Amino acid sequence: MFAQQLVNGLMLGGAYALVAIGYTLIFGVLNLLHLAHGEVFMVGAYVGLALALAGFSPWVVLAGAMLGAATLGVLVERVAFRPVRNRGSHVTPLITTIAVGLVLQHVVVKIFGAEPVAFPAPFAAAAMTIGPVTLTTLQLLILGTSLALMALLELVLRATPTGMAIRATAENQTVAGLMGINVSLAIVATFAIASALAGAAGVLLAWNFTGLSPFFGVKVGLKGLAIMLLGGLGNVTGAMLGGLIVGVVEVMSVAYLASSYRDAFAFAVMILILMLRPTGLLGARLQTG
Amino acid sequence: MSASLLAVDGLTRTFGSLVVLSKLDLTVEAGQIHAIIGPNGAGKTTFFNLVTGALAADSGHISFDGRQIDGLPAYRRTALGICRTFQNIRLFGSMTVLDNVLLGLHCRTHGGLLFPLLGVPFRPAKAEALARERAHEILELVGLALRARQAAIELPYGEQRRLEIARALASAPKLLLLDEPSAGMNTQETLELEVLIEQVNRRGVTILLIEHKMSLVMKLSRTVTVLNFGQKIAEGPPALVQRDPRVVEAYLGTE
Amino acid sequence: MLSDHTVSILIFAGIDVIMALSFYLPASAGQLSAGQGGFMALGAYTAAYLTVQYGVPFPIALAAGGMIGGLVGLAVGFPALRLRGLYLVLVTFGFGEMVRVLFLNAPAFGGPGGFAGIPPATTVWHVLGLLIVLVYFFTRLSGSRMGRAFAALRDDEAAAEAMGVNSTYVKLAAFTAGGVIAGLGGALYAHYTLFIDPEAFGVGRSLFVMLYAVFGGLASFWGAVVGASILSVLPELLRWVKDWREIFYGVLVLVMMLVRPQGLLDPALLARLSLRGERVAARG
Repeated sequence: MFAQQLVNGLMLGGAYALVAIGYTLIFGVLNLLHLAHGEVFMVGAYVGLALALAGFSPWVVLAGAMLGAATLGVLVERVAFRPVRNRGSHVTPLITTIAVGLVLQHVVVKIFGAEPVAFPAPFAAAAMTIGPVTLTTLQLLILGTSLALMALLELVLRATPTGMAIRATAENQTVAGLMGINVSLAIVATFAIASALAGAAGVLLAWNFTGLSPFFGVKVGLKGLAIMLLGGLGNVTGAMLGGLIVGVVEVMSVAYLASSYRDAFAFAVMILILMLRPTGLLGARLQTG
Repeated sequence: MSASLLAVDGLTRTFGSLVVLSKLDLTVEAGQIHAIIGPNGAGKTTFFNLVTGALAADSGHISFDGRQIDGLPAYRRTALGICRTFQNIRLFGSMTVLDNVLLGLHCRTHGGLLFPLLGVPFRPAKAEALARERAHEILELVGLALRARQAAIELPYGEQRRLEIARALASAPKLLLLDEPSAGMNTQETLELEVLIEQVNRRGVTILLIEHKMSLVMKLSRTVTVLNFGQKIAEGPPALVQRDPRVVEAYLGTE
Repeated sequence: MLSDHTVSILIFAGIDVIMALSFYLPASAGQLSAGQGGFMALGAYTAAYLTVQYGVPFPIALAAGGMIGGLVGLAVGFPALRLRGLYLVLVTFGFGEMVRVLFLNAPAFGGPGGFAGIPPATTVWHVLGLLIVLVYFFTRLSGSRMGRAFAALRDDEAAAEAMGVNSTYVKLAAFTAGGVIAGLGGALYAHYTLFIDPEAFGVGRSLFVMLYAVFGGLASFWGAVVGASILSVLPELLRWVKDWREIFYGVLVLVMMLVRPQGLLDPALLARLSLRGERVAARG
């Protein structure tokens, strides 16, 4: 029972982590909160839904969702961040992204309707049992994909020129610019990567919950924010770890406590940790003033 | 012989492995103008931060006006009579010149959050009227009376420095810490500053001055303390300190 | 006399203005709270519970709602002392969520089914009356000792401390007062809608409260008043676009913020307005 719940929690947590990584990347690089990130995640899932309904294979569904979300993310940067980056107060981007989120939600409502819709399962479920744990192929796919994407991200950030440009920009934008790094490009790349991960998470969670709605992004987005705080703002590894922890805690709390408290746990854990360690589990890379 | 107003004993502060201030002893006598000089990175501003309570010391004691003030938060020290200006001007940018000075009066006035609801409607409260009067006097003193309603950040540089002094004076300090007040000023402005500092001092305010312009230090101060790498290397009347070989060495380096 | 429909628009707009002011007060001291919906919920549930369960007279229930909002505001203020900027935004966000989940799981307050049977008590005059008091308070606050301390804290906390401002006290006072105002707003809301459920005070509420104030501009409390008035009446004006309404709304807010990133009443505009005011006063 416990081992089974642990695996379920890790599966959920992996997808949460993908969302949280997006927040933390954007925060790390720009020192800004992207409050429409949950909606980018949701739109990604709907792109996946459209592809799945058209009969494409799960991999195409996943890739299409990532591509769609990445495109949208770059667009959001253009529309809601870049124009206000150096003007206005640091709350201005909060407001522009809330507005963008509202628009995205209701554009999806216009196209797909406000009601929750079923998300077709990628393939007939086959289950296998390893000791006390039963895994369906779908669960394996979800867990495997989220872990693989996180590993890929680490690789990209550490070993590619784009990744290094992103890290340098996060460290210090001015210095990165002086060193000849194309800061604008690094920012666009950050948004593309963050949003692609959110798109992937959208499909993974839609598979997991077998459905989605235009307001799917709100709850998951909030959880992503809590996880980002938990792991330390701007800390990618922290977001990964935080995501897994929140996923496990959530599943455990449903299994062993009341399910209606589920959504509170992410925040309870987050606030508790912030009381003890204001910079999050692994420490923030960037302090805000 | 006047009594000491500020007495610092064995004050030490490190940042990581860097010792910024090491076992500093220093006494400032009441009514004096006391200068602290030293090369960049000697620990002068850190010393100010420790005295005003912006930073906590690792060890050592500070007593002010016969009272131990270690561990007191900055605002309590201001209430006791220690106030400062900043090397990199830190006026309140969204506020007017007058409001900046009025803010300086914060610890000398009363009235909480519900205060605005009390009193006669459409008439400023009596305490507020008195505070404004006082603030105008201080602006008069520093020569900014005509600027009262302007935004603080619109002032030219030299006037912003004078406003910082005015804001600090509003808190009615016994000890005023001036951190490079003449930085960025031209000769004329520096001369005016010199007059202002003397005027303030004549009103009974003891002044502790960090300054790079030696002419100002020589003319104003009765005692000079020289810091280098966080340690006191010389102290005494300006004319003597100036000839001290250790001081010359610190500034020029050794061959 | 006003039609019921107009009255309802006025009351909801008035409550939105009250909520925006509850965000503005701590924000004017540099403390951004994304959890004002939580304080509103506390005020609403407290007041409603008192009138429904104990038949407490409305004014007393209203005051109790404000008081609970203030007490919890004080409690939230303590962790806020250690947090800055966006950290604070996120933690207050979390606070709002916690409150919502708490009421979701409180059978005494109806849980997810909501709390019904609240006696009608709020009239347009109650809302207007509170607004007048608040506007009077904020006008006087800006030229007062505490008002300046708020502004100083927002501009430069360390410098404010050095000038003798007790930042701990000022921050707690700001959070408490913000909580009181939001609690009052919630109590008025509950006794007009006559039914409340936790979802009415969730993240969406908190974010919209913030949106109103920032849209209007944080340079003066008039920003919160103007922003909330416009944005809460806007959906009514957008009726003709039917189900494109939310999209229009979002686009309008976005475009406005891109054109005026500091909000509708930005410092430059306020300076122009106050100069004109002075000239008129000088002539008169």
